[in-house]
Amino acid sequence: MTNETSAVLAEGLRKTYGRTPALAGFDLTVPAGTVCGLLGPNGAGKTTAVRILATLLRFDAGRARVAGYDVARHPDRVRALIGLAGQYAAVDEILSGRQNLVLFGRLRHLPARVARRRADELLDQFGLTDVADRSAGGYSGGLRRRLDLAASLVTTPRVLFLDEPTTGLDPRSRNGVWDAVRSLVADGTTVLLTTQYLEEADQLADRISVVDAGRVVAEGTSTELKARIGTDRIELVVRDAAQLPVAAAIVERIVGAPVTVDPEIRQLGAPVVDRIAALADTMRALQDAAVAVEDVMLRRPTLDEAFLRLTGHDVERRDRTEVAA
Amino acid sequence: MTTAGRLRWAVADGWVMAGRNMRHVVRSPEEIILYFSLPIMFVLVFGYVFGSGMAVPGQGSYREFLLPGVFVMTMLYGLGATASGIALDANRGVVDRFRSLPMARSALLTGRATADLTRAVLELATLVVCGLLVGWQWRNGLGEALVAVGLILLLRLALTWIGILLGLLVPNPDTVGVIVFPLAFPLTALSNVFVAPDLMPDWLGAIAAWNPLSATVAAARELFGNPGIGGDSWAAQHPLPLAVGWPVLLIALAAPLAVRRYRALSR
Repeated sequence: MTNETSAVLAEGLRKTYGRTPALAGFDLTVPAGTVCGLLGPNGAGKTTAVRILATLLRFDAGRARVAGYDVARHPDRVRALIGLAGQYAAVDEILSGRQNLVLFGRLRHLPARVARRRADELLDQFGLTDVADRSAGGYSGGLRRRLDLAASLVTTPRVLFLDEPTTGLDPRSRNGVWDAVRSLVADGTTVLLTTQYLEEADQLADRISVVDAGRVVAEGTSTELKARIGTDRIELVVRDAAQLPVAAAIVERIVGAPVTVDPEIRQLGAPVVDRIAALADTMRALQDAAVAVEDVMLRRPTLDEAFLRLTGHDVERRDRTEVAA
Repeated sequence: MTTAGRLRWAVADGWVMAGRNMRHVVRSPEEIILYFSLPIMFVLVFGYVFGSGMAVPGQGSYREFLLPGVFVMTMLYGLGATASGIALDANRGVVDRFRSLPMARSALLTGRATADLTRAVLELATLVVCGLLVGWQWRNGLGEALVAVGLILLLRLALTWIGILLGLLVPNPDTVGVIVFPLAFPLTALSNVFVAPDLMPDWLGAIAAWNPLSATVAAARELFGNPGIGGDSWAAQHPLPLAVGWPVLLIALAAPLAVRRYRALSR
């Protein structure tokens, strides 16, 4: 055991599938006892990174240490100290929830009696006691995700990997998973979670790493990243495309920020700081200038826009008709 | 960890995984009925429907000739369940969970082999009872009969490893179920299970005599004291060494390949 304070350390990880690079120099440091969120769209390399760190996948180059051990040289020691849950690490669908938890306890080398007692505790803790003896294959998405999470906690992991833990869950189940993660962190577990949702990273993570094309392109606390991503946006649609330049100039004067214009749908948008004041001022000024407005909205930045700002291209990598006014 | 410690955990983990596979069977009762109805059907259909029109070299009842063949044939068809079970595991996310645990890498495979061998013991016991009911018997004493059973299970172990390899090579449980039958059927037809090789055309008889299934069937007939033993070929006259040699050779080939294939999964 070394005395490093980082629970997860990745340096220059590279992984190529055939000729497609999945990771292209991936660096990450997660201090012990903290929650790190890997935020990025599908195909960014988040899952590949987690699979490598959880010893499921070999990598081509770089260095990875988890819980103080080199992942390539001592995978067995790493496995003894980690938990893995999420969209891919599943449970046995034929066995019941209880049988699953006992099985994973036995495979973590708990004595049979201890494994059974631990299974009971976890079933209780995750509200699965009522369905404990039914086949896991018949569980709803939320129940299954809870069982999956419970299965990764049979022995308290030093480092817990959560791969998109709430993808596809309804808000209530999602909150349940979040609560469980928070209580684990309170007990000192380090968590590395991947997500496509800004809100999830925001809710759980101390620090967020934004992943794009196989590397970390931005890193910081949620507040730091939001400052870079921008704030809320005002968007409005004018009736006559000919009035777009006039409208854009007015909006730019009021919000004091660059305005994006999409002539195709006669829409313009801009970041705003004081949402309600900006909305009221803009509407009044447009009315005074006799610009007919068809629709107006205030909204939070989407992940698409966050990506656009942090990476210079959007999630889908399509060219958009965004023109600075 | 020391080598002895690793080995101890490998055995313990394999045993836990075998328990998992056996619980699967218990949780799907329809599968149990299928397992046990198939061999019983083999005995009844082949024993009574085909039996009336079949000749046995020398003398003796066809059913007595047939039963050791049905024992072995049942072992062969068990390969399908092994292959699709492994393919199902390899296809599901649960294999990632296993791979992320500090358990022996080999346990998924050895657990499968152990569970399937346990099932084979139960199938064989069912068949022996059925056989006794339709007039089959062992004539050389219990000791030799148990050796025969041991040889049949040794063949099943070899077939299990072939099934595991197959399940890992074709990791789609539906495909596996479909390809096992066309592989298994000619293997039983081109053997001494239904017809003595001496009664076949020469070239066909030679293939049938050297068939690994035939070796075990012939050895079992000899040990049980059932009719239809002997023949012109070296293989037919030396069934015992072949009944040991073939399965050992098949295990020596299939097991390392299966382990290698499993390690290479999802890299």
